[in-house]
Amino acid sequence: MITVENLTKSFQGVNALNGVTLDVEAGTVLGVVGPSGAGKSTLARCVALLERPDSGAIRVDGTDITSLDGSALRAARRQIGVVPQGDSLLRQRTAAGNIALPLESAGVPGPQRRTRVGELLDLVGLTDKAGAYPDQLSGGQRQRIAVARALAANPSVLLADEPTSALDPETTGSVLTVLDRARAELGVTVLVVTHDMGVVRKICDDVAVLEQGRVVEHGKVLDLVNDAASRTSSALLPAVDLNPINESSYDRVADVVLVGFAAVGALLPEAAHRFGVELNIVGGGLTRLGETPVARFRLGLNGERSDSALEWIGEAGGAVQRSLKGPQGVAA
Amino acid sequence: MRSATPWSDVLSFLLEATGETLYMVGVSTVIATALGIPVGVWLQLTAKGGLRPNVAVHRVLSFITDLGRSMPFIVLLVALTSVTRLIVGGSIGSTAVIVPLAVGAIPFVGRLVQNILSEVHVTVVEAAITTGASTLRIVRSVLIRESLPALINAIGVTVIALIGYSAMAGVIGGGGLGDLAIREGYQRFNDRILWSTVAWLAVLTTVIQLGFTRAARASDRRRHASV
Ligand SMILES: Nc1ncnc2c1ncn2[C@@H]1O[C@H](COP(=O)(O)OP(=O)(O)O)[C@@H](O)[C@H]1O
Ligand SMILES: [Mg+2]
Repeated sequence: MITVENLTKSFQGVNALNGVTLDVEAGTVLGVVGPSGAGKSTLARCVALLERPDSGAIRVDGTDITSLDGSALRAARRQIGVVPQGDSLLRQRTAAGNIALPLESAGVPGPQRRTRVGELLDLVGLTDKAGAYPDQLSGGQRQRIAVARALAANPSVLLADEPTSALDPETTGSVLTVLDRARAELGVTVLVVTHDMGVVRKICDDVAVLEQGRVVEHGKVLDLVNDAASRTSSALLPAVDLNPINESSYDRVADVVLVGFAAVGALLPEAAHRFGVELNIVGGGLTRLGETPVARFRLGLNGERSDSALEWIGEAGGAVQRSLKGPQGVAA
Repeated sequence: MRSATPWSDVLSFLLEATGETLYMVGVSTVIATALGIPVGVWLQLTAKGGLRPNVAVHRVLSFITDLGRSMPFIVLLVALTSVTRLIVGGSIGSTAVIVPLAVGAIPFVGRLVQNILSEVHVTVVEAAITTGASTLRIVRSVLIRESLPALINAIGVTVIALIGYSAMAGVIGGGGLGDLAIREGYQRFNDRILWSTVAWLAVLTTVIQLGFTRAARASDRRRHASV
């Protein structure tokens, strides 16, 4: 749906983007993460058609949008809903009036406009705030109105730059829920810029890690967590080495990642049973990525067939990330 | 020592002069607003970071605006005589004063408007850009509507300034309150007229100022913010 190819952009000698390539599949949510100054906003602003890249292409639905002008540019902008970084609502308009702005730009007549605004208020759960002015809304409510506005003209793509950066954890949840509904109920493709891995954990299918204007990691979140060396896995999975353990009391010590209900629930007891080994969870824990339960455990095994048990876990869908103690590392 | 002018005469003097002042100031404010707002919008559009940045156009426009603002009104009043004759068909009287008043106020309004429009946050403007809105729509629905309270106040400031300038209208026979105070009051040593006019001017400007402040507040939707 969105394809970014070799994008570069510099500001007076500062290279904000150094050849960024990534893609977002239709109907999925991509999280763009990275430290402050990595170029996340610049990337988002290029896709939002607020900034023209120096070189490279941005395709939305196959069309390169980087060189458009005039009415073609305005039409393309309508296809891309944007939640800008920071406060962006018109303070002299009600919540409903703000949501109506893109519809006015698109020339939608009054009665249809009102119907559509009603639908969007409902989508973001703020029907009762239709007549409220931004100054009367909380930060989270303002941000949900901004999302509703971005979605008003039925765009195929939704961009949000740090939509939760100024919010407390509870309100953050309500904004993320709205982004998730946009994808689930409207089929919108979402690109969300954030420095908060919690956002990736809750709503992202894919993640791209940006550093100094380069993509240093890009893939499905659930794939990347299986790779112990990935930044995504170390950021999202529970730490395994919080409690020091006495390795000498085990024949084998290994870290495993388990993804999904079946794996998390049944794999370890079954391995212990099948191979007649004693299997202890000595570190790590359980978390949730979107709807999927994911665990990273540090296991301590005792028994002759410990290696076979670990191998079997790997074959049955668990990822044995590293064997800390044993004759040979069981391949990750 | 002659006897003081009867109050009834003072009153009719004041009434006539007030009519002249309101006429001169009113019409020139309307013209200055109608032409000054586009100047201010144009200044802001072409400014660095504006919707249509254009250094050359902005520089030229800024230069002309600042030149106009630095011109003493009395100079404008005299210098524009021939232009005035061309436009209103005469070069004396209240109507003739309107031309230099309006001309002097256009750059004044223009600068005020630009400063006000530049206060609209760039994120708000960019959000509107991303909706695919045309420049004209952004100017109207975002820049002007968001700053309406400040713009109304600016027009109030302009009216008060124009009342001040219009005191010099007497030079070309424009009449008005300033002229009354100077010619009938000060130059003829008529203290009663002088001080009644001064007091009335104070009341008039206060009321006008108050009216604009009220209107500005009424246009400010944020005043409802009390939940
Ligand atoms: N308009 C601009 N002018 C100059 N430098 C800019 C501008 N926008 C971004 N930069 C620079 O580009 C780099 C990337 O910025 P940005 O995309 O905002 O990063 P992030 O959103 O990841 O924090 C930074 O070094 C920043 O200073
Ligand atoms: Mg940023």
